[in-house]
Amino acid sequence: MTDPAAHDPPDGWSLDDLMIVAAARLLAGASTVLVGIGQPNLAANLARRVHNPSVVLIYESGVIGARPERLPVSIGDPALVTRAQCVLPMMDLFSFVLQGGHIDVGFLEGVQIDRFGNINTTVIGPYEHPTVRLAGSGGACEIASLARRTIILARHERRRFPERVDFVTSPGYLSGRAERKRIGLAGGPDAVITDLAILRFDDGTGEMYLETVHPGVTVEKVRHETGWPLRLGARSGGRVGETPPPTAAELQALSRLRTSRSS
Amino acid sequence: MGKVLSMRDAIARLVHDGETLYAAGFTHLIPFAAAHEIIRQGRRGLVLCRATPDLIYDQMIAAGCARKVVFSWAGNPGIGMLRPFRRAMEAGTIELEEYTHFGMLARLYAGAAGLPFMPVRTNVGSDLPAHNPHIRTIVDPYGGGTLSVVPALRADVAIIHVHRADADGNAQTWGIIGEQREAAFAADRVIVVAEEIVDPEVIRADPNRTLLPDFKVDAVVHEPWGAHPSYVQGAYDRDAEAYREWDRASSTVEGTDRYLREWVYELPDRAAYVQKLGDERLAGLRPAPLHSTPVNYGRYA
Repeated sequence: MTDPAAHDPPDGWSLDDLMIVAAARLLAGASTVLVGIGQPNLAANLARRVHNPSVVLIYESGVIGARPERLPVSIGDPALVTRAQCVLPMMDLFSFVLQGGHIDVGFLEGVQIDRFGNINTTVIGPYEHPTVRLAGSGGACEIASLARRTIILARHERRRFPERVDFVTSPGYLSGRAERKRIGLAGGPDAVITDLAILRFDDGTGEMYLETVHPGVTVEKVRHETGWPLRLGARSGGRVGETPPPTAAELQALSRLRTSRSS
Repeated sequence: MGKVLSMRDAIARLVHDGETLYAAGFTHLIPFAAAHEIIRQGRRGLVLCRATPDLIYDQMIAAGCARKVVFSWAGNPGIGMLRPFRRAMEAGTIELEEYTHFGMLARLYAGAAGLPFMPVRTNVGSDLPAHNPHIRTIVDPYGGGTLSVVPALRADVAIIHVHRADADGNAQTWGIIGEQREAAFAADRVIVVAEEIVDPEVIRADPNRTLLPDFKVDAVVHEPWGAHPSYVQGAYDRDAEAYREWDRASSTVEGTDRYLREWVYELPDRAAYVQKLGDERLAGLRPAPLHSTPVNYGRYA
């Protein structure tokens, strides 16, 4: 984790807050979102409360159209079921809803993410003799494979942004858009939101580039925390913008969500 | 009384050393009472299959019950990792067979449906197939190209926790039903653990709610709070503090052993566990009620 004290703006919000807020904003136009475990859960629930009240939140546990009164502690929380529009067996959810092509945005978290948006949540080091064993795919591999686009949340640290992940748990563009297409996958990563920046993927190659830095964060800092020579502003002639800071309404909703979490 | 057994008798008769077990329930309805009884009875060499091993398998692994784990997501939801399972994985002392969630679900579906395998549009592009030789590809005989396939999963025994069942094993549940039906039909023997035993007429008044018909069920165990520290929709909430407590305790081997002594070995059964939890803690887990509107099935005399 980056040292928050060194970067936190003074006026009552943190870069962690902005990471969640910026991710939530990206769901403004989304119709159906398959919400992964961890921070995406927080951002998706913020988006439903602030940016996109009609978004259909879908969880791999089988819940469709969740409207939880509290922040769900996991993707299988009972608060997701109460007042949801539908609960399916998981096999139906994965087969009909995800594989059947009904997921607009797959919203995932990565432990490691590489230059082409491949995600590792399985293992650091070799699979058979891991340095650190992580949780594994869960539904992430199929979500990254089958959603129309994927949005990824991650902490921006050099060890988490290697040129190539130790293990591809969930395919991004693999070695580039051409390879993803060749193996028959549509969709792919759309954006990576970190506690330092928003990153997107080159329309031609599928390589990740820096789109905006968060207020108070320098381009040099982002490059330093990225394990390959990070390209800048591929859609804006090399220019890197600044992520708009969170609004009072966003911060208030985020704070209410966090305090609504069950014990 | 039908198939009703004590948990002790159900485990003694239906779960044996070396067998393949699927304890079902995705976050919801995890059959902890059954697992604790398996630990107390000292089962060894089990092949533990579950999409999310969760605390239930972490505790069984820590207690030495497992030879192998078949799984797709090995975290402690909302908290972090499963420490004893992670220690065993990093030390290479336990055999692993890893899939994605969709892979595990498709395996159960095939096992339940009597098919040898299932095609799934996942795994391609992932490094998982390179490390799991059971994930293979086939050519679509109808001209659609290659497809990833996963083999059927069959278990010797499945354990399914539900809201209510009758004495014959007709079992009803609601909320997240996860992979429970597939897991039961993919197993040779099925133990249903129910919060409540009800008259068969209660089941027949609402047949769409039935997860399993009795002919698929071998034993019914009446065990209130039997899914704690996981939850039962509408009855009791997930005990987040218990999940954190296991996380803290299991950070060392000594702490793990102490926890298992206190909450498993030194208690004779689930009733003693519930008593140890205490009324105040249990009351704090009960949600306010929220009922659905009854439906009209009609009479066709």
